[in-house]
Amino acid sequence: MFNSSFDAVIPIVCVVLAALAAMAAEAFRGKGERMPIGLLGLVGLVAAGVSSALLWNRNAASFGVLVADNFGLFVTGILVVVGILTILFSSEVLERDGIPAGEYYALMLFSLSGMIMMAMANDLLVVFVALEIMSIAVYVLTGIRRDKPEATEASFKYFLLGAFSSAFFLYGIAFTFGVAGTTRLDAIGELMAAQAMVDNPLVLLAMGLLMVGFCFKISVVPFHMWTPDAYQGAPAIVTGFMSTGVKAAAFAAFARVFLSAFEPYIADWAPAIWVLAALTMIVGTVVGVAQVNLKRMLAYSSIAHGGYLLVGLLSANEVGKAAILFYLAAYAVTNLAAFGVIAVLGARDQGNDELRDYAGLWHSRPALATLMTVSLLSLGGLPPTAGFIGKWYIFAAAVSAGYYGLAIIGVLTSVISVFFYLRVVVMMFMKDREVAGMPAQVSGLGMAALAVAIAAIFYLGILPTQVLDLAARSISTIF
Amino acid sequence: MPETLQFYLFAALAIGASALVIGQRNPMHSVLLLIASFGALAGLYVLLDAPFVAVAQIIIYAGAIMVLFLFVVMLLNAPQEDAHKDPFALVRQSGLTRVGAVLALLLLLQLSWALLSVSGLAGPVDAGGDAAVVSSVPELGRVLFTDYMFAFEATSVLILVAMVGAVVLAGRRENEE
Amino acid sequence: MIPLSHYLIVSAVLFSIGTTGVFLRRNLITVLLSIEIMLNAVNLSFIAFGRTHGTVDGQIIVFFVMTVAAAEAAVGLAIVISLFRHRESLNPDAFTALRW
Repeated sequence: MFNSSFDAVIPIVCVVLAALAAMAAEAFRGKGERMPIGLLGLVGLVAAGVSSALLWNRNAASFGVLVADNFGLFVTGILVVVGILTILFSSEVLERDGIPAGEYYALMLFSLSGMIMMAMANDLLVVFVALEIMSIAVYVLTGIRRDKPEATEASFKYFLLGAFSSAFFLYGIAFTFGVAGTTRLDAIGELMAAQAMVDNPLVLLAMGLLMVGFCFKISVVPFHMWTPDAYQGAPAIVTGFMSTGVKAAAFAAFARVFLSAFEPYIADWAPAIWVLAALTMIVGTVVGVAQVNLKRMLAYSSIAHGGYLLVGLLSANEVGKAAILFYLAAYAVTNLAAFGVIAVLGARDQGNDELRDYAGLWHSRPALATLMTVSLLSLGGLPPTAGFIGKWYIFAAAVSAGYYGLAIIGVLTSVISVFFYLRVVVMMFMKDREVAGMPAQVSGLGMAALAVAIAAIFYLGILPTQVLDLAARSISTIF
Repeated sequence: MPETLQFYLFAALAIGASALVIGQRNPMHSVLLLIASFGALAGLYVLLDAPFVAVAQIIIYAGAIMVLFLFVVMLLNAPQEDAHKDPFALVRQSGLTRVGAVLALLLLLQLSWALLSVSGLAGPVDAGGDAAVVSSVPELGRVLFTDYMFAFEATSVLILVAMVGAVVLAGRRENEE
Repeated sequence: MIPLSHYLIVSAVLFSIGTTGVFLRRNLITVLLSIEIMLNAVNLSFIAFGRTHGTVDGQIIVFFVMTVAAAEAAVGLAIVISLFRHRESLNPDAFTALRW
């Protein structure tokens, strides 16, 4: 029989209702009439955030498959912030670029509901359905600018490789089901613990296949091939949403599945993750150095950051688990800010996302240039930004778990990555303006979003202890 | 017909039809071959005491999803020459494609090795449980609407997303030519 | 009495055929069909495993997989239509971004 508590579903319901309201508003909107559909989204997201805060420490579970434990609620908080920032940035981009507002907000909010489901899911089937909700909406959002062939091609490539990896993920669920007879993560965990002495090839197969599925979603090398094209082809604001929300949700589910259900087999999957983490950090950084398109460069930067997160996952000790959560929060705010700036500076017919388009930005748009600089410094991991603290804790966790090699690789790649981040900063400050075509004014909402983002980056970087404590307390509930 | 013969018949049909699907030049032929493969799979499901799923497979997969594919193929009306003309094109594929095909073969070999080496799989598939229970539709309904309730509701969101997405991407816009 | 491993081998073969189809990329429709083959292969595994455990859970999971497959097919075909509007071709080589 199912659990009588509906509490854990409330954040998800808030977001879904907001999405439905957005669709209804679009349906009843007169032609040419302007409606603040984004406001509906904001209301829903704030409601979801408030309900998540109220659910803190209550460990509510619903239907046996959703657990609103502190870990899930923390990630939900990150996702709500991602959603709010995305809506704030989107408001001026949509009209400028001719994107249908109602459908855009509806898809974005539905995707977000899928992400929250993934963060809270206690069942592999629910993880799968939530993954599909999140992904299908994002495939559509990537190609929502039908007039741009590169967006459509990016959307197809993303869809193809996404569906391909979903099939692998599903096969992994099948083998897990075959061994355990259930898809509930807690039941699987107990069974695995009981069986850990027996080396069952089916379990190894299952773990491998599940890992392939997850690694695709978080753009781990060598499953990262879709990321540069998808991030470059999609509208900048969609890329910001994708690179932060999808990664956070997928990582949360990855951590939950492998650190609780498959934890007894950690000796088997840890070496694989070691290799993947190292490869991802190295390839992401090295190839990123060669990029001249800002969105593509940030795509490789995202790939590298996935590698750092994997290091935290691998460390799997107390510090490591809290570090993952903190890093996700820092990374989400930072990446969204960077893509937000790119989105706001674009124009309908040209993306203005090449490196040279940013020449002399400091002279013409100092506020945006400052935000971009702060975001890039945070991505590079320089103090006093959020990124610095995040990386510090990840590497500290790695060292305390004994993974000195990975920590060294991580530090080295961070140092190299600072090079390509600083290159953009230098471009913005030094050269004279060459390119016209950037919009003259940033709307109030956009500036508000930028202000929030920059504040968050510094807050996490200078006063991280509050959030870190929160993250540490979140871990104890499930692991 | 003895059950073993039925199994081999359906299995051969499913595998054969699927293998032909990826080799066809005309996408219409591919879709029709896949329908045949799905029919064979439905037969396998009946052998596994899952008659309801077998019927659902025919109705949903072969009857709805494949018809959707047929609609799109006919709508796009792509000429046959679009596919590779050269009969040896498969052999002369780019290097990466060959790597991919080899990887797929390795995947198959590894899966087969794993499946054959696990001891627990050698027993007959219908040893555990009662056929009457497994194939009963009321039992299906009971479990679906109790244990899998949330997944069921979540699926409705999924379908809604797919509908909105399909309309957004492929529908006609008012301000377009 | 047919052993479980036989069903799982059939499933593995189908899965591999689907994987090969995705890599071969004859035309865009065939690629989507290959993904459907892969999902069906997994369905067969689910039903077989479910029968072994003597529960209906395997069949129910298959319902959900079918629904997901339908949703994916719908969106995938919509993207193909959107692509077709740009290039009038189903040949993957015509699309410059579709490299691995």
